[in-house]
Amino acid sequence: MKSASAKSREPGVESQGASVGRWNTIFWVLTSVLCLLASGCIRSEPPADLTIINQAEPETLDPALLTGIPEMRIAIGLFEGLTRLDPKTAAAIPGLAQSWEISPDGKVYTFHLRTNLVWSTGEPITANDVVYSWIRTLHPATASDYAGQLFFVKNAEDFNAGKIKDSSLVGIHAPDTFTVRVELNNPTSFFIDICAMPLTYVVPRQTIEKYGDRWLMARPLPSSGPFELVYWRLNDKVRLKKNPRYWDATNTRSDIIDILPIGSPTTAFNLYEQGVVDIIWDKEVVPQELLDVLVKRPDVHPFNYLAIYYVNFNVTRKPFNDPRVRMALALAVDRERIVKKITRGGERPTSHLVPDGTANYVSAEGLAYNPTLAKTLLAEAGYPGGKGFPRVEYIFNAPAGGGSKIHEDIAIELQQMWHDTLGINMDLRQVEWKVWLSATSHLDYDLGRGDWIGDYDDANTFLDLFLSNSGNNRTGWKNPRYDALVNEANEQTDLQEREKLFQQAETILIHDELPIIPLYIYAGINYYHTNISGIYQNILDDHPLNYIKKSATRD
Amino acid sequence: MYFLKRIIFAIPLLLVISALSFWLVHIAPGGPFDRERVPASPEIERNLEAKYHLNEPVWKQYLRYLDGLVHGDLGPSLKYRDHTVNDIIAQGLPVSMTLGSLAFCFALGIGLPLGFFTAARRGRWEDYTGSFLATLAVCVPGFVLAPFLIVVFAIKLKWLPVALWESPAQAILPMIALGAYSAGKVARLFREGMLNALQSEFVTAARAKGLGENRLLFKHAVRIAVLPVVSYSGPMLADLLTGSFIIENIFQIPGIGVFLINGALNRDYTVVVGLALLYAVLLIALNLAVDFAYTWLDPRVKYE
Repeated sequence: MKSASAKSREPGVESQGASVGRWNTIFWVLTSVLCLLASGCIRSEPPADLTIINQAEPETLDPALLTGIPEMRIAIGLFEGLTRLDPKTAAAIPGLAQSWEISPDGKVYTFHLRTNLVWSTGEPITANDVVYSWIRTLHPATASDYAGQLFFVKNAEDFNAGKIKDSSLVGIHAPDTFTVRVELNNPTSFFIDICAMPLTYVVPRQTIEKYGDRWLMARPLPSSGPFELVYWRLNDKVRLKKNPRYWDATNTRSDIIDILPIGSPTTAFNLYEQGVVDIIWDKEVVPQELLDVLVKRPDVHPFNYLAIYYVNFNVTRKPFNDPRVRMALALAVDRERIVKKITRGGERPTSHLVPDGTANYVSAEGLAYNPTLAKTLLAEAGYPGGKGFPRVEYIFNAPAGGGSKIHEDIAIELQQMWHDTLGINMDLRQVEWKVWLSATSHLDYDLGRGDWIGDYDDANTFLDLFLSNSGNNRTGWKNPRYDALVNEANEQTDLQEREKLFQQAETILIHDELPIIPLYIYAGINYYHTNISGIYQNILDDHPLNYIKKSATRD
Repeated sequence: MYFLKRIIFAIPLLLVISALSFWLVHIAPGGPFDRERVPASPEIERNLEAKYHLNEPVWKQYLRYLDGLVHGDLGPSLKYRDHTVNDIIAQGLPVSMTLGSLAFCFALGIGLPLGFFTAARRGRWEDYTGSFLATLAVCVPGFVLAPFLIVVFAIKLKWLPVALWESPAQAILPMIALGAYSAGKVARLFREGMLNALQSEFVTAARAKGLGENRLLFKHAVRIAVLPVVSYSGPMLADLLTGSFIIENIFQIPGIGVFLINGALNRDYTVVVGLALLYAVLLIALNLAVDFAYTWLDPRVKYE
């Protein structure tokens, strides 16, 4: 493309003047660009009262769409539902509704809204706004992932599937300005908890109708919660400021809160140690290597989390189609070793699925560590000492953005345990997150890691996972008796009766059939110093922002 | 005329790039809405696919995409559902470009003097030290250099902030971490260029005429020696301006580099294709700029 012309012209002395001129021009252009750039980086804004590290950039702040913890932690400040969660216990307490009645058959809920509710922009919040918000979540065009949480409401599922077009047939209505009436398909004992979930938050109709999918970019953004959205800069910062019109604004303890999406443990921890940020919510966002030292510090606040780590078997493939093989592998796992050696943050080994501490429920007993029995079972299944056992592959996902290697470490540990106890050889396969999701949901794997975080404090948020028709059942395991027991329990209003049914179902899962091996119950860690008050450790790791305050000095 | 032709040729090239990246990201296993929590009913999945037209054949989706592209709309992000790809670029690109330009200036500001100095002192200890530094800069990757700089200048000496993007001071460490490789590369190229130029005939002739060594170096050799650096500058600038995943991740800088990598990992189809196109446009434009600069710097170069 370039052709140096053959002209034998020497770039001699006579062109020097021009040459110097050019270099001068380059120099001045570069310098002025630099000055411009430098001035562009400077931002002046009031400092925040509180700066929090949230582990990821929120995928969305639309309550109807969001599904993840980092999103919920911000949305909880911006919007509110009929109920909200108590900061200490994470139990549902009155939110926009100040009270409610439940009909004797447990199917009709009548909520009474507070009469002093207004949007941050001044307009009143009415029962119609509540109905609008619920219907919006269910509307097919909204395409909400979590709409299923509202399928307890009469006709909600058919409306979401497009089988019913008329939204007035859905079981939520506003008989008057301050009353919301909800009809359910069946009595649902945890329905009040559902009313505190983001997908039921009350959202501003006019803004949404005006701006469509980009309504969260509207400023001012009307909020129904304790804070307003000042700005949201992608991968940079979400800034909230106190909403003075919130019904409980007198109890909002911070004026400006900055929330930073930082997933790199080293970066997050550096900022925290330098005092740039005040709170880190997640154990994973602090370098794993430092845990042994950190757990002894006063700013480390551990808690039991409503979440569980387990191993999935693909029961449609040999050799894991034989329950004896699955049991043998389960019996050969020394869970104590995994939590002491690898996770090290106070996780509790568990042989059952539903985490200890779940409301109204005590789990059934699973299979404890028993290498002798494990060997016997494997021999019974036709693989004495691991002879003839096919080579299997354990699949796990790679950590995102420099996160910790927990999955890999656990995989290696399991590989070793099964090799030593049972003589089984297993390959490890680390894949990208999306590949893991795709392989496990299409049953294109042998065995691999799994985990689940409870949506609300009830056993059914875990036991529902392994229903035959559950999309989150990544094992291929189907058991009609299990399905019948769980479904019966879900409709049972007597709590003790319900617990018994759930226990029977769980026994099938973790004692008789073992499509999974439960490993441990998650422990979470919140990091913050003593100058921060209003944070309480609860099983949902739920932290309403309006209670949190930073005082000037540490104790 | 020549440049006009180049610009026209770029259009089919961009089409090919968009089609190829569109197709590649679609055939990768897993989709944007494969997630840990599978929705409660298949209809929910269908609602999502219908909303983003993922239920259509890929060629139709591509045509739909092209239609948006012609109107300057790169589509909605499938991962960050409140944002469009245009939003993401509008917010991230200025940041990446700021950091990239700083790193570019750093690379030239350090690389050119170092190359000149080592060439002028060739064979002496200054040359060996300088060349060693340049080689080191090329060899040490950003994910090693960045934490090293943070530990020394932010944590031990406390001169500079550890991360974030709010004040000019916060730009210094990422600028060095991002620009070091290019600085080393520029120094080496420039040194080579100088040495070659000093051996060329016109320099010998000038020397024979009794021209002083300094004048020779500054006025004559430099003009020839800078040409390889100029050719390298185009791709280098494109690379620096589009952001670096590693540097942005370590210093928590809200640039565009993180989105390109995460977009691919998240199967955020529109983000991947949009950013691939952006990168291609920048690369083409800057290469063109380089060629243009050539005609300006070296009168011997002509295009037809």
